[in-house]
Amino acid sequence: MFDLDGAWQLDERVSVRPERFGALLYHFGTRRLSFLKSSTLLDVVRRLPEQPSARAACAHAGVPDSELPRYRAALAALAASRMIRRRT
Amino acid sequence: MSLVDASGAACKPLIEQFQYGLDAPICLTWELTYACNLSCVHCLSSSGRRDPGELTTAECRALVDEFERMQVFYVNIGGGEPTVRPDFWDLVDYATAHHVGVKFSTNGVKITDAVARRLAASDYVDVQISLDGATEAVNDAIRGPGSYRTAVRAMEHLAAAGFRGFKISVVVTRRNAGQLDAFQAMADLYGAQLRLTRLRPSGRGADVWDELHPTDAQQRALYEWLLRHGENVLTGDSFFHLAGYGTSLPGLNLCGAGRVVCLIDPVGDVYACPFAIHDSFLAGNVRQDGGFARVWRSSELFAELRRPSGGGACSACSAYDACRGGCMAAKFFTGLPLDGPDPECVRGHGRTALDAVATGSVPKPSRDHSHRRAGPVPVTIGRRRPPDRACDESPLAGMARPGR
Repeated sequence: MFDLDGAWQLDERVSVRPERFGALLYHFGTRRLSFLKSSTLLDVVRRLPEQPSARAACAHAGVPDSELPRYRAALAALAASRMIRRRT
Repeated sequence: MSLVDASGAACKPLIEQFQYGLDAPICLTWELTYACNLSCVHCLSSSGRRDPGELTTAECRALVDEFERMQVFYVNIGGGEPTVRPDFWDLVDYATAHHVGVKFSTNGVKITDAVARRLAASDYVDVQISLDGATEAVNDAIRGPGSYRTAVRAMEHLAAAGFRGFKISVVVTRRNAGQLDAFQAMADLYGAQLRLTRLRPSGRGADVWDELHPTDAQQRALYEWLLRHGENVLTGDSFFHLAGYGTSLPGLNLCGAGRVVCLIDPVGDVYACPFAIHDSFLAGNVRQDGGFARVWRSSELFAELRRPSGGGACSACSAYDACRGGCMAAKFFTGLPLDGPDPECVRGHGRTALDAVATGSVPKPSRDHSHRRAGPVPVTIGRRRPPDRACDESPLAGMARPGR
């Protein structure tokens, strides 16, 4: 299960391109693409490095509590594909 | 609906969004030169001789700068044989230094031991070796004498240098459709990944398509093979017409032309896809004002391709939602209407449609850079007639004959 209370950031080898439906992410190391299908999720991802936790990043991006499980699942998918990683 | 699609292949279904286009292409093919040391019978760009108008090194660098500004993540470089350009390695270095990843296709002619070691050291460069037969006889009949050994030598160099996961790129034909397991074994042997793509009737491929495109039985076997091995095999999403059999194959089941895909040819012309080098699919040129970005974002052709289209003759077919009518280029270069069935329609509608195509109505490629044929040329062809009169040295003098 994705650790919402951990500190996260984008992998350094990931490039982010905003699109009308959200954003495209490309990882130069794995050569894989991911699609963020909401601009709010893009906002969350962008706030990760400056926030103490993923939960705080979600709150600052305006994700309501009822939506938190969906965002948690999305962040888990991004972690599984190595697009985001724990901040050390 | 989940908020993230993490894709295994390059593209993943997001049809609702993609069909309206993206701010920059995902699958951009950039052919650097029409020059090639080979003369493959199915070359989709009719390559052979360099074009005198090819982009200069400075123009290529400026184009890379533009890719960087547009955040084109990576480019698929091809040709011709791109590595015969003297500035090729310089351009690869320039692209990767500007955050544009490179995957290049080659027949292997320049992949020496030293080059392989250099390539293995970079995260940002991927290599695709073209091979159209798992045996020398099958390959060389398509790609020319010696081409199998050249490719094998290149793969040996890459494997020895520790380049894991380079691609072995195979165009599936009637001759090699029975060798899929052998290709996979080859990929395993070299620590490579297999990539299978569809034979298109584009370029010189039009001349051999009738005899080389897979039979119905081979198509079916290929589909089943891809279902079994699909997750580990790349396809460039080129077999989506096979989705008509039932289950969709992994990847983007949609014609990406002008939506997520485009081609920039060696003289800077921008086409809707690499298989559609024809004036009908020419969107503009990167040398025009506004450069590539303007062509991608505002060309009329691309706007047209991004508008939702009906299924035409296919809309009544129960497979249409799966196959989406198949490949635009395959239809165009076999003389079929773009809103009708694919020539290789798995329901057989393509064959019926092909029978209705009038002889002589099939479009010809707009460019041909093929090597001029070696060997004797009949002297009557090309021999210059003396001027009818001295003052008739006009290009049209004495040309009142029928024909071009």
